[in-house]
Amino acid sequence: MIEGTAISGGRAVAPSIRLSEPLSFWGGVDDAGDVVDPHHPQFGEALAGKVLLMSSGRGSSSSSSVLAELIRSGAAPAAIILSQPDAIIVLGAIVAAELYEIAVPIVVVDPADHARVPDNTVLSVTTGSGDAVMSWT
Amino acid sequence: MRPEKHGQIPPAGNGLPAHLDPGSTPEQPDFTLTVEENSMLDGAQGPAVAMAMRVLTALSRTLNAPRLVEITSAHIDSCLYHGQVSLDFAERLVHLGATVRVPTTLNVGSVDLLHPSLVKTDTPKEQEVVSRGRELMAAYKSMGCTPTWTCAPYQLPGRPRFGEHIAWAESNAIVFANSVLGARTDRYGDFLDICAAITGRAPYSGLQATAARRGEHVFDCSSLPAAFMKSDVAYALLGYHIGKVSGTKNPVLTGVPVDVSEDQLKAMGAAAASSGGVAMFHVVGVTPEAPTLGAALQGNAPLQSHVVTAATMTLARQELSTFHSGELNAVSVGTPHASFAECAELARLLAEGGPIHPDIDFFISTGRATLDRLAEAELLEPMERAGVRLVVDTCTYVTAVLSPKAKRVMTNSGKWAHYAPSNIGVDVVVGSIEECVDSARLGRVALQNNFLGLGDAS
Repeated sequence: MIEGTAISGGRAVAPSIRLSEPLSFWGGVDDAGDVVDPHHPQFGEALAGKVLLMSSGRGSSSSSSVLAELIRSGAAPAAIILSQPDAIIVLGAIVAAELYEIAVPIVVVDPADHARVPDNTVLSVTTGSGDAVMSWT
Repeated sequence: MRPEKHGQIPPAGNGLPAHLDPGSTPEQPDFTLTVEENSMLDGAQGPAVAMAMRVLTALSRTLNAPRLVEITSAHIDSCLYHGQVSLDFAERLVHLGATVRVPTTLNVGSVDLLHPSLVKTDTPKEQEVVSRGRELMAAYKSMGCTPTWTCAPYQLPGRPRFGEHIAWAESNAIVFANSVLGARTDRYGDFLDICAAITGRAPYSGLQATAARRGEHVFDCSSLPAAFMKSDVAYALLGYHIGKVSGTKNPVLTGVPVDVSEDQLKAMGAAAASSGGVAMFHVVGVTPEAPTLGAALQGNAPLQSHVVTAATMTLARQELSTFHSGELNAVSVGTPHASFAECAELARLLAEGGPIHPDIDFFISTGRATLDRLAEAELLEPMERAGVRLVVDTCTYVTAVLSPKAKRVMTNSGKWAHYAPSNIGVDVVVGSIEECVDSARLGRVALQNNFLGLGDAS
């Protein structure tokens, strides 16, 4: 079990996927939630419905819109676990929660703990009072 | 364990509606609102203001901002269509009765409202972008934003003055406002821009505060040839280079001629914001917070110092271009939107020689206010007669303007060169405005040998 800070609340139980480099949702992810940035090491991976582990987002502020649109259409990650706060990502989650009442938890954990969260494992992510807990079996 | 740094993010609310809130609402010692701002958040000023304030305060906590700051103007980038959510968000605000409370300009949309046939509607996706994009533009106008439809709001009258706090979105407008005008905006983008306009507030974070505006990477440009430093493309290449090296740090340039124009600084900032995340630069002896190198650095030592050479600039042109010679299908200039002076210069170059080759589509993007001025100055008709198509309200790399057959395109813009290959699937070659016109006449790429004293181009 690992604890973190919920910068946007929600809960999820889903398999994890770890990205080895930051990703820009704008230009980096298609309508289906697949990584389409040809320069990204995880090019071609599907993110929809997964607990996405990455250090931070990258690039254009239009990524807020792209993430919110993925949440609307059901092709977004089930949760995003970062190692540093990312205003662009959290804004996409905040707006989707406002508009569609779909809460995708956005969590920040410190880098050492972040590295300990397992890849390709079913994770449970819960948030409450600004704290977040990630557990797995 | 929760890291110390993140422990300061107050956990309350998270901007979610009450039924989605992850928990109770504890004290928030690190983030304070004024009485007026609390009344906005509580709904006393209507549901649209409350929604905007929820978004603003939730984001402020993520940014670790201690408070909000009152702003004097806003510039909105959310009017460009990115999907159903763009329209849902704007229409929710309109439905709740939103109006902006500070002067607010609008960035480009997905449609040229004055020349609608310029944007293609051949595919279902293009049709969606045009019809929804048009609805989105109308929604933002109905909230009281001024329908400027330009990415260069600093070319309009009434621009922000030195030291004013503003909330501008669109990376080239942000870097120009901070660097050239000395106004203060952090990097704001989709959704936050209109929330700032509705509340008249922005998070007090990043470049709103003096310390974050200090120069960090120093670039000595004094060895670059004088002829090169007079050209438009020099600043596109310089911007690309300093952005790539600096990332999100603030570059400081020395050795730039003191008569560098605002158009040249525009080109440089736009390229630096594209290749890196530059939101503020200093040009010593030119920009308002850099009367001296020491002032630009706020008395600190530079993080790094670099010398920019002719070879650096030649390499920058090679890196930004995906081809260098041969067949050409189109030319696109005016990213960010061409100023009146840049349009007049293009008109002058066109008047000096023969017509544009019939196989070349030549586009210049500009603001509708500049279009009016060109018509008044009787420059519009000669440009159109020479074969130039003027695009307003949008830009040639964010929406379907170019022919699907136009695969090899020349531009004088570092920003266009950076984004167009991935946005619209073209190959790109970077040249000066003179090279763009020469190539358009010839119907193929014509780069000058010993380009502006830099040595051979290819």
